[in-house]
Amino acid sequence: MTAWQIVILASIVCAALKVAGYLIPPKAFEHPTVARIANLMTVALLAALIGVQTFGAGQAVQLDARVPAVLVAAVLYALRVPFVVVVIAAAVVAAGIRMLT
Amino acid sequence: MATQRTPEERAAIRSGLAVGLATAVYGISFGALATLSGLDVWQTCFLSLVMFTGGSQFALIGVLASGGLAAGPAAITSAALLGTRNVFYSIRMAPVVGPGFWRRAAAAQLTIDESVAVSTAQTTLGAQRAGFWVTGLAIYLGWNLTTLVGALIGDLLGDVSAYGLDAAAAAAFLGLLWPRLKERQTQAVAVAAAVVATLLTPVLVPGLPVLVAAGVALVVGGFNLFGAKPTKPPAGGDA
Repeated sequence: MTAWQIVILASIVCAALKVAGYLIPPKAFEHPTVARIANLMTVALLAALIGVQTFGAGQAVQLDARVPAVLVAAVLYALRVPFVVVVIAAAVVAAGIRMLT
Repeated sequence: MATQRTPEERAAIRSGLAVGLATAVYGISFGALATLSGLDVWQTCFLSLVMFTGGSQFALIGVLASGGLAAGPAAITSAALLGTRNVFYSIRMAPVVGPGFWRRAAAAQLTIDESVAVSTAQTTLGAQRAGFWVTGLAIYLGWNLTTLVGALIGDLLGDVSAYGLDAAAAAAFLGLLWPRLKERQTQAVAVAAAVVATLLTPVLVPGLPVLVAAGVALVVGGFNLFGAKPTKPPAGGDA
């Protein structure tokens, strides 16, 4: 697939999902189990992406400067530091460690 | 909109603008990370203009960054699965938005975590409506502007790891996840999914570990393990 094909196809699917809720009868999604799974799906995917982005290096698992950077980010989020500041701080921590080692 | 606004509507507009401004700034991180994952400036801006749902956008570029174009199908599937919650938001917003083809088409594009969260926090229908539109439009304009700025910055930067931007991507995902970790069930799912995806990384092709980890949500949600409460939209953290 080309990058454009991926970008366009994924965008159409996501936009269609938003439209779907305005078209389908609400009854189909009223079941609490369906709603619960949808909510947990978001959590599972985000957490999985954090795991892969923090430890993955191609098809290997690798512990490096990303781990302390993500730990710093977690502490900063717990202290209610704004998103953008935390993201920059994580980049600075990882880049700093790489520069020193 | 009417020129005479109720105090509830004015309060909804104020909080919509505040949330909109705060969220729009994330666009810079998205734009920079997207171009560093291999997309060009136009593709990056296309995602913010058309996809316009932050979690899915970050997921798409995250999978592409680790797996390249070969991980395209997994990247699309990750983005789509993260976008399924917008179906529930649309269902909730349909009576607030009201009938009319064009109005609903515009509303669908603006149906995201923040616009729904601000809207459902209001007490009158007028305020719910105002909160939805003001938040959605403010974020749409701001998110697309800051995406362009971030993409241009990312385009100038170059090598990802040298600048620590791979760690920044992980921190960005953590920021989207953080507001959802209030209940024990979501905490359990988050830990399990992160462990599953990491352990499967050496075994499966890039992109697939994330999708398999989504199965944790099916198991925990399907059997309602770790005691759930009724779900409601999160207060923020994602465009």
